Amino acid sequence: MSTESHLVNEPETGMDPLPAEDWFESSETLQKLRKHKKFPTIWCSGCGIGIVMGALIRAIDHLGLDADNVALVSGIGCTARMPVYMDFNTLHTTHGRALAFATGLKIARPNLHVIAIMGDGDATAIGGNHFIHAARRNIGITTIIVNNNIYGMTGGQYSPTTPHDARATTAPYGNLEYPMPISELAITAGATYVARSTVYHAMELDKYIRDAIQKDGFSLVEAVSYCHTTYGRLNKLGTAADMLGAIKENSLSRQAFEKLTPQEQAMNAKVVRGVLHNIDTRVEFTRAYEKLVESLEQGVEN
Amino acid sequence: MAIQLMQGNTAIGYGAIAAGCRFFAGYPITPSTEVAELMARELPRLGGKFIQMEDEIASMAAVIGASIGGLKSMTATSGPGFSLMQENIGYACMTEVPCVVVNVQRLGPSTGGPTSASQGDMLQARWGTHGDHQIIALSPVSVRQAFDLTVAAFNLSEKFRTPVLLMADEIIGHMREPVELPDFARVPRQDRIVCESPADYIPYRNAPGDVPPMANFGTGYRYHVTGLYHDPMGFPTSRLDEIDPWIERINRKFDDHLDEIILVDEDTMDGARLALVSYGASARSARHALKLARQKGMRISMLTLLTIWPFAEKAIERLAGQVDRILVPEMNRGQIALEVERIAGRNRVQRINRANGEMVTPQMILNAIEADL
Repeated sequence: MSTESHLVNEPETGMDPLPAEDWFESSETLQKLRKHKKFPTIWCSGCGIGIVMGALIRAIDHLGLDADNVALVSGIGCTARMPVYMDFNTLHTTHGRALAFATGLKIARPNLHVIAIMGDGDATAIGGNHFIHAARRNIGITTIIVNNNIYGMTGGQYSPTTPHDARATTAPYGNLEYPMPISELAITAGATYVARSTVYHAMELDKYIRDAIQKDGFSLVEAVSYCHTTYGRLNKLGTAADMLGAIKENSLSRQAFEKLTPQEQAMNAKVVRGVLHNIDTRVEFTRAYEKLVESLEQGVEN
Repeated sequence: MAIQLMQGNTAIGYGAIAAGCRFFAGYPITPSTEVAELMARELPRLGGKFIQMEDEIASMAAVIGASIGGLKSMTATSGPGFSLMQENIGYACMTEVPCVVVNVQRLGPSTGGPTSASQGDMLQARWGTHGDHQIIALSPVSVRQAFDLTVAAFNLSEKFRTPVLLMADEIIGHMREPVELPDFARVPRQDRIVCESPADYIPYRNAPGDVPPMANFGTGYRYHVTGLYHDPMGFPTSRLDEIDPWIERINRKFDDHLDEIILVDEDTMDGARLALVSYGASARSARHALKLARQKGMRISMLTLLTIWPFAEKAIERLAGQVDRILVPEMNRGQIALEVERIAGRNRVQRINRANGEMVTPQMILNAIEADL
């Protein structure tokens, strides 16, 4: 863990920072980043997206996946810039369409670990239809949605997950709409693995992303994050550190949630963290298709 | 193969299969749906893959994703779906991903006339996606040519790493003709250009012929693909010294190979003062009118455009040097006529248009010929 901290922090000991080359050489995990290219990131300092990228890299590293056999597919937005920094097969597509591109890629190469990386606006507004149908189809794509409640890259417009009454540049008098429950939507639509955590709980994200990658069917990890630059400023929520602290305070584990009375549960406004859904009753799409191809080869027809 | 009575849409599907297409993503839409139905039935028998996506935006995206995964890929649609595909067609232009998009044109705009014929999307094919770009678009005149040009579309798309649009129309798509298809194994196929070793691979390098080899995802070449302007490694760039050479290369790859890309059928006659220029189903009427006029002893030439974009400027220039007047029948209010006028001069071109879902008839063209001569 300690090596990753060099990415965002200068060493506190007063020693000279390691040259960039040595950071990468010092860690196999870090070598999954593209060391000669595109650093620093485009993200504002203090942004939560880097924490999710760290969790994703650690998860891939922990599973020992062959980098050639991992594809990262993204759409448009701050979160969608994540793949360019990582040394895999990386596909940065059009706004909202990451899952549709990923679907074609997964069907063409069923053995590839296809991971779609999206923000809340990308995944649930412009890409909402693809999100619902990828889950319904149960295609084996690992989906990571970084939910920071706002369109960050374009400067802070309200998204489908902006809370009611919250401010955004396009909701200057407060948001009249109500937020989309991302994980719950995926469960309803047919996803076979759904987990949610926050960028404060980075180790939890590691584990959920690992589990999601290992799941055969459509899997989702919702990573609740924050945008101090736009959402935080417009809603007077303080610094990145303040918002990270607030995320900790405003979340509870699924176990803690289940101990609440039904009345308390109904009133709960905090983020519930945990594995929310994990089933094995639906066949993954590309496996079903391969079975069809095999049966046709053998001359079997329904 | 034996002679069969076959629909244009069926011939398009078989042309794709013969060309090596092994992935189809689409969304039901009249009058193109028969292509999807054929691919759903035939592809899994060949180890290929079919998927019906949630809309045409997703279909186009899945086609590009599958092509990057290494499968020759296609979708088929009509006007409303073609409009929805435009953004991702531009993505395929920008990222240089081969794929084929079939548009069996129907009467538009909007929902228009689903079973009415049209050639109303010819300029959309050229400029439908935003931004300055080049595109290849072909248009078949017969059922057999629907097969042949689908094969050509795949071969051009692989050779030049570009989306290729097959601009059919409702008449060609739904018309049945007796055809004899060639043995699929003997159909000339352009397969993906083999890449150098992963260590030496530069995905968007300035390759000879201006088409860099394309590595399939998951085969040991880890690289970045983006719709942003990118450097030779595929990484986003805003440096003019990287953007300018890229723009030059991606245009040169078309401009330097026009002879290979542009397919026309020239039927010229010595001493002709008048010529017909047409394409698609309208060219069938034009050919019939040509036959009737020649039977009456009139001397007339005809140029059939099989490649619509890039436009056959040289062939039109040649024709304009031979005849005084050019008639352009088409099922729209004069889209390709604009191009002919640009080259031959406006006062030498007469448009023959019908844009209500019905064909331009041979009689309409014959009347125009007789009025002109």
